[in-house]
Amino acid sequence: MNLTLYVWRQKSSKDPGRLVQYEAKDISSDMSFLEMLDVVNEGLIVKGEEPIAFDSDCREGICGMCGQVVNGVPHGPRKKTTLCQLHMRHFKDNDTLYIEPFRAKAFPVIKDLIVDRGAFDKIIQSGGYISVHTGGVPDGNTLLIPKHDADIAMDAAECIGCGACVAACPNGSAMLFTAAKVSHLAMLPQGKIEAARRVCAMTEEMLAQGFGNCSNHYECEAVCPKGIKVKFIAKLNREFIKAQMTGS
Amino acid sequence: MLFPTSAVGKKIMMAITGQVLALFILFHIAGNSTIFFHALNAYVTALYKLPLFVWGGRLVLLLAFVFHIWYGTVLKLENHAAKPEPYAKTRYLQATFAGRNQIWTGVMVGVFLVYHLLQFTFQVTNPAVAADTHPDALGRPDIFTMVVQSFRQIGIAGVYVVSLAALGLHLLHGIQSSFQTWGMNNEQTLPVVEKTGNVVSVLLFVWYCAIPIAIIAGILK
Ligand code: HEM
Ligand code: FES
Repeated sequence: MNLTLYVWRQKSSKDPGRLVQYEAKDISSDMSFLEMLDVVNEGLIVKGEEPIAFDSDCREGICGMCGQVVNGVPHGPRKKTTLCQLHMRHFKDNDTLYIEPFRAKAFPVIKDLIVDRGAFDKIIQSGGYISVHTGGVPDGNTLLIPKHDADIAMDAAECIGCGACVAACPNGSAMLFTAAKVSHLAMLPQGKIEAARRVCAMTEEMLAQGFGNCSNHYECEAVCPKGIKVKFIAKLNREFIKAQMTGS
Repeated sequence: MLFPTSAVGKKIMMAITGQVLALFILFHIAGNSTIFFHALNAYVTALYKLPLFVWGGRLVLLLAFVFHIWYGTVLKLENHAAKPEPYAKTRYLQATFAGRNQIWTGVMVGVFLVYHLLQFTFQVTNPAVAADTHPDALGRPDIFTMVVQSFRQIGIAGVYVVSLAALGLHLLHGIQSSFQTWGMNNEQTLPVVEKTGNVVSVLLFVWYCAIPIAIIAGILK
């Protein structure tokens, strides 16, 4: 199949950047979206041009490294699919694709389609952990966790931190990401101890990093490759209210 | 916590003030509906016999409005700054027209409110029918005639219908949003809250519009 691409090219964070047209020729429908870009890049290298810079690592949908906005939708048109797992058979011959980086003030573009998602690390550093005394490994089954709670914690823990939620949010808000981390830990006994401090610190850091506030549009849920639900944002709100009520 | 600056705190201010205003919207149309039974003057006269309720209510509403507008503006500015560059192609999957235009429907409601108060509370827009200076046969302020005479003008009725549509859109997003902000949602309740919010918003729009439309159509005179 042949495609027309409009790809965002930007030399550095200081360069204003622009969309550049490329033709992707003889693309196999079995290729992933990133493999399609690899083919385009090989063509560019042969012509002596700078290849398109984009992020990827595992290419099997588990690491959260990849992510571009395809025709206005982070990770492209397929639900619950990372860009690396999106195959070209979901596009039609002669399609025109606009490929842009994740956009938000907190995610500055480094080059082309690569953005700096370090702001997520700062949110995690502010409270996305539990404190434990090191020493001997605790005995198995000393801390029993009801299946129901474990399931919810695991659902939240599915977040791979790719940043698609921020990219999709009209407010550039990191609420779904933060909510997934807060909920994941608050569901488990090890995480409950610091839950109040955590939710306050992480939401505070979210603002400090330049993310917007949540307006409950739920665009994040629609694009999340792991299907993280906005019920976790409600849970974050509950955790926050609880923390304020108990004065922590 | 009284003047929150956190992401969730500001939203809770929006939710609590929005819900107070929405409750007033419900109370207001319930009271106004006495017009259909030609009992508006009696209702208003009875209401004003409760000065503590009236003035207490006005104070609460004023505070709710001030905080709602203040935090709504702060949130909008912050959110706008957090997304400086738009995409060349924008596609919304779940965000509604109502939700994305919350600030604009809010501004419309705010501007309308100023006009509405000048018209029916301060009664300065049409002194010829001002109820406070034109009592009815029983010596009560003739609110009924003031309202009916006003809405007979198609322009005024039109302004009301358009402004009520803006309020309806505002609530279409606002009701469900406020419950999510309070954290009162899970996977099962979210769709129910959304649907209930939509039904309530549309019902309020139709209910409010019924008054100017009934007057224009000559059913209420
Ligand atoms: C009687 C009039 C009004 C009612 C009943 C009302 C009700 C509501 C409700 C229930 C919400 C949802 C709160 C939440 O998201 O948690 C809301 C949000 C909002 N309102 Fe109003 N409102 C009114 C007037 C206004 C006015 C005059 C403005 C003008 C600035 C305004 C601006 C906003 C904005 C910007 C939001 C969304 C905040 C966000 O980004 O999340 N509203 N309103
Ligand atoms: S490259 Fe790892 S999730 Fe896509």
